[in-house]
Parts: sequence; C-alpha cells; structure tokens
Amino acid sequence: MKDKDSFEKLLERQKKWEEKTRKALEKRPERCDNFYTNSGIEIKRLYTELDMQDFDYLEDLGFPGEFPYTRGIYPTMYRGRLWTMRQYAGYGTAEESNNRYKFLLSQGQTGLSVAFDLPTQMGYDSDHPLSQGEVGKVGVAIDSLKDMELLFDGIPLDKVSTSMTINAPAAVLLAMYIVLAQNQGVPLEELSGTIQNDILKEYIARGTYIFPPEPSMRLITDIFEFCSRYMPKWNTISISGYHIREAGATAVQEVAFTLSDGIAYVEAAIKAGLAIDDFAPRLSFFFNAHNDLFEEVAKFRAARRLWAKIMKERFNAQNPSSMMLRFHTQTAGSTLTAQQPDNNIVRVAIQALSAVLGGTQSLHTNSRDEALALPSEDSVRIALRTQQILAHESGITETVDPLAGSYYIENLTDMIEESANKYIEKIDKMGGAVKAIENGFMQQEIQDSAYDYQMAIESGNRIVVGVNKYQIEEEPPRGLLKVDPAVARFQIEKLRELKASRDNSKVNEALNNLKDCAKTCKNLMPPIIECVKAYCTLGEICDALRSVFGEYKASINI
Amino acid sequence: MASSKPIRVLVAKPGLDGHDRGAKVVARALRDAGMEVIYTGLRQTPEQIVESAIQEDVDVIGLSILSGAHNVIFPRIMELLKEKNALDIMVIAGGVIPAEDIPYLKEIGIKEIFTPGTPTSKIVEFIKDNVKKD
Repeated sequence: MKDKDSFEKLLERQKKWEEKTRKALEKRPERCDNFYTNSGIEIKRLYTELDMQDFDYLEDLGFPGEFPYTRGIYPTMYRGRLWTMRQYAGYGTAEESNNRYKFLLSQGQTGLSVAFDLPTQMGYDSDHPLSQGEVGKVGVAIDSLKDMELLFDGIPLDKVSTSMTINAPAAVLLAMYIVLAQNQGVPLEELSGTIQNDILKEYIARGTYIFPPEPSMRLITDIFEFCSRYMPKWNTISISGYHIREAGATAVQEVAFTLSDGIAYVEAAIKAGLAIDDFAPRLSFFFNAHNDLFEEVAKFRAARRLWAKIMKERFNAQNPSSMMLRFHTQTAGSTLTAQQPDNNIVRVAIQALSAVLGGTQSLHTNSRDEALALPSEDSVRIALRTQQILAHESGITETVDPLAGSYYIENLTDMIEESANKYIEKIDKMGGAVKAIENGFMQQEIQDSAYDYQMAIESGNRIVVGVNKYQIEEEPPRGLLKVDPAVARFQIEKLRELKASRDNSKVNEALNNLKDCAKTCKNLMPPIIECVKAYCTLGEICDALRSVFGEYKASINI
Repeated sequence: MASSKPIRVLVAKPGLDGHDRGAKVVARALRDAGMEVIYTGLRQTPEQIVESAIQEDVDVIGLSILSGAHNVIFPRIMELLKEKNALDIMVIAGGVIPAEDIPYLKEIGIKEIFTPGTPTSKIVEFIKDNVKKD
C-alpha cells in the first residue's frame, strides 16, 4: 500500500542493513547456512514490507466470513462461539462406549466422536477370522443395528451431533444411525453430525479400504444425494488431510492432496447429476496440526483461500456456503514420542495453538500416552484442559485471525497456496486424484517425504527432544489402558444370538435386493437401510457389496 | 557385508491396521543398507506371511503392527514357522507394543522388539549382527 518512493527508501535501508548484518556474520555466524520450515520451505532471515509488494488486502484476505475466506469462515469467529472441543473416543463393546459417551455428555460436551474398531472399519463381523485380536481394540465393535442401539442407548439423537470415523462402510453405519433415529422418533432433517466417508485418503494413506475406486465413489455420491434430499444438516464427508500428513506428507502435500481429493468428489457428484450448490455446502474437511506453528497457521489459511477459489472459479458455485472450507483439526499423532511422554503435553499445546490461530471449527487434542497405547482417562483430561486453557486463558480468541498481516505469515500463506496449486495442476494433468492414486503418485511422494524426515532425525539435522537429543534413562510407563480380551467373546456371543433370533428369510431377501441394486445405478442407501432394519450384520452387508464390486488391491512400491 | 549373498528380509504388516509409514521407512532403510527387501502390503494373515517368507527364502521377517493385536497374531506366526520347520528365519517386530508385552513376545521366539523412536540404523545393525551367515 506504500507509494513507490517510500518503497525505494525502504529498499535502500534494507540493503544497508543486510550489508551490515553480513559483516557481523563473519564474526558471529548463524546456527545454520539455511533455515527451513518443517516442510522444507526456505525461510528468510527477515520479512518486511518489501515482501508485501504484490499484496492486495481485499483480494488476498478480504473480511472474515467473506470470499476468499482467508481470515475465517465466520464474521466474528471465536468472539461469537468457541470451536467445538470434540475428543475422539470409543473402545471395547457398545455398552462400554455408551458409558463413556454419557459421561462426556454429562460434562457438557455436545458433540460425540465415535471411534470404531478395525473389523468394523473393514466391514468384517467380530467373528471373522481376520478380526482375531482386533475386536474392540482401537474403537468400539459394531456388528449390527443391535450394537448401534446399545451404543446410543439413552442418548437423544436430536440433542447431539455425532461424528463417525468410518469410511469404506460409511453408508452402512449411516444407515444404522438413520434407522436408530427413526426408532427414536427423530426426524432425519434434524440429525446433525459427520461421517468421514473419505475413501481416497484411505487408498493414499490410511489403508482401510474395501472396494475399488469406482464403486467406492458411487457409494459416496449416493450418500451425497440421499443426504441432500433428507438430511440437510449432515456433513456427508470429511475430506481428510490428517492421515496424509500422518503418513509423512509435508504441509504443502497435505493441502494439495486433500483438495485434489475434494475436487475428485465434486466432479464425481456432478457427473452423477447433482447440482454443485445442493451438496457442496455439506462438504467438510479434516486437517492435521503439526509442529511448525507458523507454517501450520499459514497452511489453514492457504487451504481456505485455495478451496474458495476452486469452488468459485472451477465449479462455478454460487452459494457462499459451497465456497467455505469448514474443518476439524487433530493434533499430529506422529509427533508424539514414546520417550518422556509428558513432553507430549507441550507439543500438543503448541499444535492446538496453531489450529485455533488458523481458524478451526472443531479440535481434538491428542493425549500424552498415545505413542504407547490408547489414552488413559487422566491423559484425556489433560488434553481437553489444554483446549480449555487456550479458549479461556490465552487471549487468542478475542479477535479474528490475529496473525493476519504478519509479513512472514502472509508470505508463507502465499507460498503454500502456490506450491499446493502446482501439485493440483500436476494431478489434474494425470487425470485427477483417482488416476494419480492408481498410479501410486501421491503414495510415492508421501513415502519420499516420510523417508527424508526419518533420515533427518537419524542424521541429527532434525532434533526430536527426548528421542535423538536430551535423552534420559526411563522406567517403562505404567497405567496404560488395556482392552479386555473378553470383549471379542462377548461380541461373538451377541452375534450368535442375533442370528438365531432374527427373521433370516427377511435377511436374505434384503441382501439379495441390495445385490440387485448394486448391479444397477440406483441409489444404494434405501436397500442398505432395508438390510439394517432386517438386522443384517455389517459383515453380511459388506460381503453382498463385495460380491458385486470386488475388492481393491493396492499396488506396492517401496 | 560385501558377501555375495545379501540378507533377504520380508517386511510384513499383519493385523487390520493400515498404518504402514513405519514399515515402508524401515523397508527402504534396509534396502539402502544393501539388503533385499520384500514388502507384503497391508493386512496379511499369519498363513500368508509364513508362506511368503518360505517362498521368498528370507533370512528375516520384520513384523510391523500398530493395532494392538500382537499378542494374538505373533504367537500364531511363530507356531506356523515351527510347523513348517522354518524357525531358522529370524523374526523381529516393531510398532506400538507396550513394554509389559515384550517379555512374552521374546519368550515365544521374537528375537527383538523395536519400539517407537528407534533409529533405522539400529535395526540394520541388529539384523547384520544376528543373521546366521553360512
């Protein structure tokens, strides 16, 4: 905003300062030759107004709640309402998790976040051979509507918002939630919550896929269509960079690959005949909050601006809600160390700070012991308190987007947007995210970054406190949470009872109808809902779909 | 390690978890250290792992698991190796494995457990020191 003369004056002064500093460096050099962000973006010694010559406030930032949403999606942000503190929880049986949820709700939490065990996430029942040793371990075991009824027993679905981390079988769990609501007498249009439902990042990074890409994308667009008609308050997908980052991606790759996935979902929905403004407002995102405070803040801001432009310019969205990138954040699990685990409390606090400074809508803070096991209750409480301290004591919530205008932050924001955009263009040229995944492009990029990261730690170029520096002799930690192996037996027994007591001819009929529908291009949600009502198990429903769709086989490169 | 026959390693992911960042980083580090490495991909059953190990004639199986199912899956793998007379294959493991489980896993024949934060160089060294060379 300065005129040309004052810029020249500044330039002259800065050159003098640089000259002076260079001389001083001969005597007292800096700690390294070059400095980089956590993701490898080179950082200059100093950022000044000279770095802002191309900066245009209205075009680059605008006002909060207005395009391009760099400063946040709401006009008042946390002055109006704090972010949702949403801790991901669930283990053992539906009964045990139900107790935990009721406890959380009694403490004033309004949002639930359901963790499912791996057999549920893979569409296997608890008695499947591959489920051995896995039942109830990393989340709650759900085999049928019966378990869902137990999981939400006494919890009115019109009073809570429920987030479910479920992907390949998302349609089935959503159908269970729908039937549950119907049985509780709650109208579908009142249900609020989120299903993760992001299969592309499963192929890229998280690994719990079942079907090949094409039928998987169809399941997703069927959900978009169903919800746009009946469940207007439901977030139909949570397009996730979180796991991409956890697998080793840089901040730029996290933004680029996540938004590329987003583009693929939008294109698939449009191809299926949906109108952009009918489904786009219900798309939500999920990002990682990693160690590098400023880079992370810039990342969230860049992602918001880039998505707004993509929706407006590429897809011609008209409804402002279609352009708003709403996101959940979780602190970076992969940065937690098994060594000196209390240090993780500090890491999580800094990461959570970046998420709030970056304008997140909801946040999960990790617990200090998660490099070792599922978190204990004490650890979860500290993690939640970390958010409450940020919200009520730090002062960072009292104004909107407080770091805007920082020479460094705005430069990083531009840099991340620009670099992510280059990746997106590259993926476009490959034919889009699905093709890039099938070619292994994103997987390879992430693997390379993960390897570089590890090698930097081993060479000592990157310091991880307590791991490759400042180590101490430690006793093995005590008091870790253990899941009772009896959970599996109990769950298998429940399955046996269910299969003996339900009307099995209805079950077969519902499964056959589902298979027939899968062979056509009709929406899969209604027949899945019928299967759920007939008490078909999750495994039976997924097997019916497997028999038509087949299973995805990943190509492996190391 | 300039012997004519490089050490062969099967890096395997048993269990249902899909987190293979660690497995892939270790696989690449072993390869960069001159070993021949085969990575199985996700969700291998104990049967599949043992069969691949025998077919590929490996010296070492490296198991990576983060789901918490190690106490069920690892004993099964050791049993199968015994059945197939393949206990000459050294088995090592890594992942999220609580310290209190380690004595049991060593007792059933897992040679070493590498927990989070282990440098890959330590795994390389361990393999080179412990694989029987003929």
